[in-house]
Amino acid sequence: MPNIRYAGQDYPVRHGETVLDCLLRHGISISHSCKAGACQSCLVKGSGAIDEAAQRGLKDTLRAQGYFLACSARPDADLTVSPAGSAVRTQARIASLDSLNATVLRVRLRTEAPLDYFAGQFVSLFREDGLARSYSLASLPHEDHLELHVRKVPGGAMSEWLHQTAQLETAVELQGPSGNCFYAPGNPEEPLLLAGAGTGLAPLYGIVRDALRQGHQAPLWLFHGALTPEGLYLVPELTALAEAHENFHYVRSVVSDHESIDQAILSRFPKLSGWRGYLCGDPALVNLLRKKMFLAGMASKSIYADAFLPSAPA
Amino acid sequence: MPEPTLFQQIGGQPAVEAAVDIFYRKVLTDDRISRFFDGVDMDQQAAKQKAFLTMAFGGPHNYTGADMRRGHAHLVAKGLNDSHFDAVVELLGQTLTELNVPAPLISQVASIAESTRNDVLGR
Repeated sequence: MPNIRYAGQDYPVRHGETVLDCLLRHGISISHSCKAGACQSCLVKGSGAIDEAAQRGLKDTLRAQGYFLACSARPDADLTVSPAGSAVRTQARIASLDSLNATVLRVRLRTEAPLDYFAGQFVSLFREDGLARSYSLASLPHEDHLELHVRKVPGGAMSEWLHQTAQLETAVELQGPSGNCFYAPGNPEEPLLLAGAGTGLAPLYGIVRDALRQGHQAPLWLFHGALTPEGLYLVPELTALAEAHENFHYVRSVVSDHESIDQAILSRFPKLSGWRGYLCGDPALVNLLRKKMFLAGMASKSIYADAFLPSAPA
Repeated sequence: MPEPTLFQQIGGQPAVEAAVDIFYRKVLTDDRISRFFDGVDMDQQAAKQKAFLTMAFGGPHNYTGADMRRGHAHLVAKGLNDSHFDAVVELLGQTLTELNVPAPLISQVASIAESTRNDVLGR
């Protein structure tokens, strides 16, 4: 049985078990959230034979230094592991906390050093005790603060802390950015479809403003879905944005008005070949939209999707 | 000069790229088989479709019969049978016809696909 060496101790790893599960099973506290290789909260540094699969999606510089995702590595030989620690994280402080609606909190963060990111990517936010969750960036890179939209999740450790307890100037750490759901210039004649529900709006709010700022010429259609009208947010901001840009269109889609977001899109645009799509939010909705947009003719390579994976039970 | 391979004659990787969306759209909308694709992750699925097409076009692949069995066992449990396999081969042929691939090459592709039938159906 191979061993994982962590902080000077050896922990035998079961056949097929991940590094993360093995360490958690032995009572070691390792930051983690999605357990699916997406959020990158469980980044660790290793020496030994590292699974290529556990380095997928990491920056080359991190890969070269032996960083990998503990949730995705299934070692079949001895491996020494150390926490990623602050070396790869950005220090930040909470700059503002304000409600966008009854359940969504806008958290603005001031970083100690500038964070290099594309609007629409996500970061992992670490509380002082190591609790970690991923949030999409709604801000633009040149703006003073990073902006996150945090939905209050009943029983959610991080969201309840941010909504109820966190104070201005509280120190946190950020890891990332990661994710491929962002605006890339080129093809300014390609119409853009941006769709999401709930806080799926966060990355879309960044992406659409980024695209406009970079001079995207073709129409941009943003569909924001919610169960009830109260679930919408940033309505005045988006309305103003639509007034300021002739090619930007903002559509609110509320389930209680008997129109689902996919119907709202397809009733206007039954044929989507030649479009580029950005789909963000709840995984079930993102998968549904992705399939429907694809079947309506959108090329699979033109679909950028960011499904918000829930944090896995510990 | 060596005879070009089937994969080269069809057009190689660009042909796979051209075929994958057309083929996958057909698969997802065909009432005979679409239910087997309910709730699948489209990213993973697109990668699998590409690997499948590459193999069927006579291109490089590392599928084994055992992989085919393992990969389809959960579908066999849901009732995957010859009629569904036939439907996929038919849609593959339609895709290539739409892309103006000559008929003799299409029948070579169909016979490569055919060679996986028993493994896919777990027999």
